[in-house]
Amino acid sequence: MNFFTRKRSAENAKERLQLVLVHDRTDLTPAQLESLKDDLLIAISKYIEIDPEAVQIGLERDGRSQRLVADIPLRNVSRRHAG
Amino acid sequence: MTAQVITITSGKGGVGKTTAVANLATAIAADGKKVVCIDGDIGLRNLDVVMGLENRIVYDIVDVIEGRCKLKQAMIRDKNAVSPTDMIRICNDLRSDADFVIIDSPAGIERGFRNAIAAADRVIVVTNPEVSAVRDADRVVGILEAEEKGIPALILNRLNQALVRNNDMLSAEDVLDLLGIQLIGIVPEDESVIISSNRGAPVVSDPKSRAGQAFRNIARRIQGQDVPFMDLDQQSGLWGAIQKLAGRK
Repeated sequence: MNFFTRKRSAENAKERLQLVLVHDRTDLTPAQLESLKDDLLIAISKYIEIDPEAVQIGLERDGRSQRLVADIPLRNVSRRHAG
Repeated sequence: MTAQVITITSGKGGVGKTTAVANLATAIAADGKKVVCIDGDIGLRNLDVVMGLENRIVYDIVDVIEGRCKLKQAMIRDKNAVSPTDMIRICNDLRSDADFVIIDSPAGIERGFRNAIAAADRVIVVTNPEVSAVRDADRVVGILEAEEKGIPALILNRLNQALVRNNDMLSAEDVLDLLGIQLIGIVPEDESVIISSNRGAPVVSDPKSRAGQAFRNIARRIQGQDVPFMDLDQQSGLWGAIQKLAGRK
């Protein structure tokens, strides 16, 4: 996709629908998803050190099923101890 | 005979359910099968006008349920007069009498829709390649799954291939990917559908109409035949020939 051409409307439609359908199917609003993320981060931080800025949590579609996908990079604790 | 009961539904209104029912029923009947149509929309029924039968409607489904079929009475518009059990009973009565019973579901996901799917052996969802129609179709698919009606088949109605080529309309692939269900047919946008419905003669009886051809193909697929999908890029008529000459295809 050229930077100077506007995205064609079919792409807008598909992207918007992908988002809407995931929330419709899970009955989870974007705001609820945000607070779920916050709660998850708090829970995980109790046990391991993570970088909250680098965490990515989102809903993904796979055919007619949805999954909650989290990518949570850990801070490298052992290296810091060794140094 | 043991009729198969098929419900045509959509979630959103105005996507072409009634047109689909009228055309599929006409096409299946033209193939020599016996077909009964039920308009599941009691408050706003339209299948009669689309099929050009409005002058022949004497009784409606409520009369049948209440056993008043011998009496010519005013139309009853009480939506609560029909229950899912009533629909199952009526369809079971019709099974021995027909090859197919096709139910035109009302829009929405309320009582009329629940009635319309209650007796269905198989459900077909109609949608347009448009954001709100696809969203509502997805809700209906979700309910059908939850009600253990199985995954429905999809009719993608009013596809404008020129817009798809321009990436200004969701393609069939996009819609199938979003909804995660199987396609039973694509019906191209076609002015002849409006002309036919003005006349009260379903477009399948117009041999030249591309939408008519698409509905005839879907009717065959419903009957279990393996019919290849139409090439939508193929333009018929003079305009198609001009476009071909101009290299626009």
